[in-house]
Amino acid sequence: MARSLKKGPYIDPKLFKKIQKLNESGQKKVIKTWARRSTIPPEFVGHTIAVHNGIKFIPVYITENMVGHKLGEFALTRTFRGHGGKLAERTSRMKR
Amino acid sequence: MARIVGVDLPKNKPVGIALTYIFGIGRTSALKICQDTGVDPMKRVHALDDDEIRKIREVIQQNYKVEGALKAEINMNIKRLIDINCYRGIRHKMGLPVRGQRTHTNARTRKGRRRSVGKAKR
Repeated sequence: MARSLKKGPYIDPKLFKKIQKLNESGQKKVIKTWARRSTIPPEFVGHTIAVHNGIKFIPVYITENMVGHKLGEFALTRTFRGHGGKLAERTSRMKR
Repeated sequence: MARIVGVDLPKNKPVGIALTYIFGIGRTSALKICQDTGVDPMKRVHALDDDEIRKIREVIQQNYKVEGALKAEINMNIKRLIDINCYRGIRHKMGLPVRGQRTHTNARTRKGRRRSVGKAKR
């Protein structure tokens, strides 16, 4: 179900504050964040945000088109190793 | 013969149905168009006079996005998702269901015909 319009989009307040600070001082830094559920507001455009995927941080460069999406949509949490075949067999065995 | 926005013209059907042969017009908008033009939706297409056809054509052209333009818009939307490399875009690219459906079984519409995977040799 979609979020109520009354509340407006959810933006992680801490992350938002950090970005605002960068915007004011005009510098660009990669910010690590776990806030995958945060919506991307227009203020984020042009920054690179490292979004946690459960293991590591995936650097995401925010472009204009991404506004309105959530950060988590750009850092995949699953790895697909393929089905069957010799190759898949080998890689899964190697993991063990 | 009624050619409206490009190709469409099932002659023997009532207008309210015939208009749905246009991509982008369903039952609701077809009836709406009939209402706006004052054409009886039960009237058959071959019984329409030129004036009525002209009016229908005008209403569609002004108020509806149909056929090529609509298809182009849909493709643009999908392309946007693929370009920004978000989850939905990736699912489109891989030809898998986009809206969180299960893929363990089913999902045949997106995945196409079943392909068996060869058994790995020991």
